[in-house]
Amino acid sequence: MYKASRRIGLVFFPAFDWAISPTHPEREERLLYTQDQVLEEGILDIEGIREYRPHLAAVADVERVHVCVPDVMSRVTESHLIAAGGAIVAAEAVLKGEVDRAFAIVRPPGHHAMRIVHGARGFCTINIEAIMIEYLRRHYGNKRIAIVDTDCHHGDGSQDIYWHDPDTLYISIHQDGRTLYPGTGFLNEFGGPNAFGYNLNLPLPPETGEEGFLYALEHCILPVLDDFKPDLIINSAGQDNHYTDPITNMRFSAQGYARLNDRLQPHIAVLEGGYSIEGALPYVNVGIILAMAGLDYTYVREPDYNPARVAQSPKVRDYIARLCEETYQAWRRRDELREEFIRDQKEISRRRQIYYDTEGLLENQEETTLVCHACGGLSWIDSRTDRGSHVLAIFIPRDACPRCREEGHNLFERSSRQTYRDGVFLQDRVADRLFTK
Amino acid sequence: MFVGLDMGGTHTDAVLIEKGRVSRHYKTVTDAADFVGTIRRALEALLAGINLDAVRSINLSTTICTNAVITGRTSPVGLLLEPGPGMNPAVLTCGQKNFILSGSIDHRGRPTSPLVEAEIKNADRELQRAGIRHLAIVGKFSTRNPEHEVAIKEALSVEYDFITLGHRLSGRLNFPRRVFTAYLNSAVAATYRSFAAAITDFVMQKGLTIAPHILKADGGTMTIEASQERPVETILSGPAASIMGALALMPVEQDAVILDIGGTTTDIAFLAGGVPLFEPQGITLTGFPTLVRALFSHSLGLGGDSCVNSKEGRLTIGPERRGPALALGGPTVTPTDALITLGRLDVGDKTLARRGLTKLGDELGLSPESAATVVLRQMAEEIARCCRTLLDKINDRPVYTVREVLEGRQIKPAQVIAIGAPAPLLAPELEKAFALPVIVPDLAGVANAVGAALSRPTTELTLLADTEEGVLTVPEEGIRERIPGSYNLEQAKKRALELLRSRYTRLTREVEEDKLEIIEEQVFNMVSGFYTTGKNIRIKAQVKPRVIPLKGDGDHV
Repeated sequence: MYKASRRIGLVFFPAFDWAISPTHPEREERLLYTQDQVLEEGILDIEGIREYRPHLAAVADVERVHVCVPDVMSRVTESHLIAAGGAIVAAEAVLKGEVDRAFAIVRPPGHHAMRIVHGARGFCTINIEAIMIEYLRRHYGNKRIAIVDTDCHHGDGSQDIYWHDPDTLYISIHQDGRTLYPGTGFLNEFGGPNAFGYNLNLPLPPETGEEGFLYALEHCILPVLDDFKPDLIINSAGQDNHYTDPITNMRFSAQGYARLNDRLQPHIAVLEGGYSIEGALPYVNVGIILAMAGLDYTYVREPDYNPARVAQSPKVRDYIARLCEETYQAWRRRDELREEFIRDQKEISRRRQIYYDTEGLLENQEETTLVCHACGGLSWIDSRTDRGSHVLAIFIPRDACPRCREEGHNLFERSSRQTYRDGVFLQDRVADRLFTK
Repeated sequence: MFVGLDMGGTHTDAVLIEKGRVSRHYKTVTDAADFVGTIRRALEALLAGINLDAVRSINLSTTICTNAVITGRTSPVGLLLEPGPGMNPAVLTCGQKNFILSGSIDHRGRPTSPLVEAEIKNADRELQRAGIRHLAIVGKFSTRNPEHEVAIKEALSVEYDFITLGHRLSGRLNFPRRVFTAYLNSAVAATYRSFAAAITDFVMQKGLTIAPHILKADGGTMTIEASQERPVETILSGPAASIMGALALMPVEQDAVILDIGGTTTDIAFLAGGVPLFEPQGITLTGFPTLVRALFSHSLGLGGDSCVNSKEGRLTIGPERRGPALALGGPTVTPTDALITLGRLDVGDKTLARRGLTKLGDELGLSPESAATVVLRQMAEEIARCCRTLLDKINDRPVYTVREVLEGRQIKPAQVIAIGAPAPLLAPELEKAFALPVIVPDLAGVANAVGAALSRPTTELTLLADTEEGVLTVPEEGIRERIPGSYNLEQAKKRALELLRSRYTRLTREVEEDKLEIIEEQVFNMVSGFYTTGKNIRIKAQVKPRVIPLKGDGDHV
């Protein structure tokens, strides 16, 4: 019989009784055919592959990452907590040494969920990778972690959550934001003042094929990972780069995904998007599982696969080569670029508009960060929505220096509910607590 | 009167049940070279002088197929596989001749590439040339659409003796298991056919008008004629016999542990609300994982004849057995010797048992009695620990809906039912180790044969309806028919029960209407471009395993 050369943990949670709405792409049968394929291939019988049951993540696990307005339980359903809990179960299996790698095939996804949560964005309400990662750091010690986000959409939520964290390298490879939701993820989004360079975006042109993805992996992602030397590599495994995906324009295949994972070898992969539920997901997921387990994936092929469907133009190839070179050079010069960016500023602010597409809600944020050479730096966000909600959210990072921590608590004390009528929140990662008033 | 026969590797037990009591019991040694002779001998002895008109059923549990597989006395099988895309099929080529054919079916049952006739013709020629008479034809996703498997069979010459089509074995998905199950089914077919013929002859000679039934690993039975198409279902039915026996002797409605303590092993099973748990996939035989539905049973290498050792002051029991107890001429101390030393069991040469425990006690710094007590306590504790580990695993089985995660139904045994010869003698230690009441039913020693006698027929089927494609598929019955776009869950359930009923009547004469049940029902909308294009309906229906409870207390044996 088959035997995996690397032990793999799988958390498979198709949530057969949960959907955003009956005809929404994120609906009950999204993972049905993947489950059919996994069962029919006998993958769960393979020696070295072990399936885990998901648990519910706790509210405290969500609060460690997000400020949900007005609170966690008004924003999430059980399915969200199970998806996050499923990712945690997968990660713990690796950290406990029960398996070498793990893949959480869960839904709904999470990488568009930002620090502040007023509702759902791009089918995501809470960021399941971030909840998993912060759970790991809380229970297994602070780790250097690299997230490689291979979803076709830019993971703007993950970018936001790790914007100020130099211990978390976020690399996103996605279809160019000028052509696809959420419209972000450009080269100049390079990280906050205290984590400048630890946020890398590779916006690929539409019609990028297998060759382009693997080129970016070899010529940019892997060299950056070699420099960063993470303790753990997490793959935000969106599968919507597939040539059959109904909401994107890329030309990736199951073979391509398998080869990418074979080279990248993430410790933990967490399913993100992917809405070609019949033509792509069953084959892509099987390809990824086999590649992670060190098994032969060369027979995995979509029924309608042909080389023309995954080919890319020479123009695309040249563009990607330039993009990779430019990004890698910027990464090498990140300290120098940071000095230029900060100059002598004590604090740095930015204004942003964030659109919640599910509820059609618009949020205006003003974020301020203390420039700090000792830690990720205190930051706070003044957030108003077009529905009239107004909150202040203060974030003390995990490794906060005494000054940043003290200033954070002072700001919380000073700020009153009269100014911020929908709440003042202080996420103190040092104390691992969310304070509200 | 009910007749039950359980053939074990060592012994064969036969019982006659009359008016809710075991009225006769016959035990004989299993002759591995002559299974049919063993069964005839046991039945002759059991039925001597009985008015055969009063016999309502004869149920047999036999190791004939298991043994054929274990000893390799099987027919060569030609395997024709249609693996399609996915995993490398190289490890599935378990036949004597194997052919990987072109063609594929997808998860919805749609053919995505065609069969190539020349490949099949070529395979046919090679099989004919090699003189292979038994075939198995298995395609990936054939349970979703069997047409390629059927077409392969039709393209072959007609002169093969036995052909297994994968989709007829089980509606569950698992291509590797389907391949191994189909292979085994064809490999044991000839052996089984001669066994079935001999049993049928015997019954006819005796002038019995009833059809003998064969016990399956799922704790149910099927008629001997039905079993000839699916002999693989008779493998490893021994544990099922003992579980059903325990249930017949001690019907419960709670969660419970069932222990069958034998000489070499203790077999562990669980009841959830009085219903035995199934293996989630199917049993594994000599490294072949199969789709043969089976009751969950875990075999722990710890029994009355396990060897007891001490190493650096630490006691070990099992897992190997080197022979019987010292008292019965064996080579090493066993738990049976401990029972003899403590005066709980009166067999064999007591001085030999005591001498063994004295020596063991010396190594451990204990008196022979204390050493014997420690052996029994440790044995019970190891059994209890194994049960707890198994329960943790069972209670942590993956689930796929929000409701199941939230409900988190856990099995928490309220009692232990122990059968097997050493069971009554070990009850006090087991009670302490489990911290649960331990019930040892009377007749615990012949529970297997009782289970065989009182088990009822079982069957299951799978119905898949795809209203977008407009087809309904019932793989176990080989049905594929058109349905309208308006087909719904209620219609599908009704159809599944109808088909189950007719399948059931082929297995047994008397249909117990209330025993037909739908165990799974799922409907998924299929959406294309934001419009619902159809429904994907999935149903499983079954007749669940059950026993006629035994009323008497067993004073008749």
